[in-house]
Amino acid sequence: MSAALTETDRQARNRRRRSIAIALALAAFALLFYVATIVKMGPSILDRPL
Amino acid sequence: MTIAAARDGIVSSTGGAGVQDYLALLKPRVMSLVVFTAFVGMAVAPGGLHPLIAATAILAIAIGAGAAGALNMWFDADIDALMSRTANRPIPRGRIAPGEALGFGLVLSAFAVTTLALLVNGVAAALLAFTIIFYVVVYTMWLKRLTPQNIVIGGAAGAFPPMIGWAAVTGSVSLEAWVMFAIIFLWTPPHFWALALYKQSDYEAAGIPMLPNVAGDRATQNQVLCYSVVLALAGLTPVAIGMAGWVFGAAAVGLGIGFVALAVRLWRATDPKAMRALARRMFGFSMFYLFAIFVALLADNLIAAGALA
Repeated sequence: MSAALTETDRQARNRRRRSIAIALALAAFALLFYVATIVKMGPSILDRPL
Repeated sequence: MTIAAARDGIVSSTGGAGVQDYLALLKPRVMSLVVFTAFVGMAVAPGGLHPLIAATAILAIAIGAGAAGALNMWFDADIDALMSRTANRPIPRGRIAPGEALGFGLVLSAFAVTTLALLVNGVAAALLAFTIIFYVVVYTMWLKRLTPQNIVIGGAAGAFPPMIGWAAVTGSVSLEAWVMFAIIFLWTPPHFWALALYKQSDYEAAGIPMLPNVAGDRATQNQVLCYSVVLALAGLTPVAIGMAGWVFGAAAVGLGIGFVALAVRLWRATDPKAMRALARRMFGFSMFYLFAIFVALLADNLIAAGALA
């Protein structure tokens, strides 16, 4: 039977930092696409009827 | 240590890697040169881009180059562990597992190419995808361990960024883009062979067939001189095709003479210690050369456009 894997403090800290970095990168990516869509298509993209 | 032992020593999972380890996987120094040459390619291209779209193009090219670096480190972890220059990279150091680097590289490649395709244009995205595949599959997986011509052909991967920058603005590839490509392509062999001359024992230990290890110092010195002369002449082609004026021409002549003069000194060196010292100097100057010749191209273009007048 194998011993249970336990996370060290350093691993937990680094995992948290990685998670924050991924969250920030994804948020920046979403914001970039939002703004770039307006830049490429103009503000009228927001006025289109559904 | 052998390659097999190095491969055994690579961890399969870590979980402890920090953000800085992932940044190191992106080869930030190589990325900075890629960003700079791509930026010059964009700046000298006719036409214009909205600043946000231009910044997006540079970001996507930078991330694509970084992703290619991560995939290179994933595949080369075994030989990286054997060379002093690369032993501190995150995978051989046990900070990141190869599978983690592979996933990171693939995801970033997909993000970079998709972003360039959706927000900039398809030609630039296709060139970026080709560059990543060329660097990872053709150079890293195939040529690097097979032939001393590895960096001659593989050098094309490093030569594409200004062409991608040009394509980001124009949506096409023209003679000017090929001229910028040719300058980096011809610069790569003397740059890496100078490194290989003074890091010969590293490449020997890793079993990489670099030219000095396979053909010897003399053959490498000859080749470095030949490529340096051709590079110095290629550096003048932007003037010959009307892409740049006298400011660039004067810089290209001066830089070319400097490059060839160092190559001649290296060619004449017979004492191994003096030869290695000159090779190290040549390597340093080659980096300055590439940076300076693209700065000159940018400055010449800005002057012609009246921005610096």
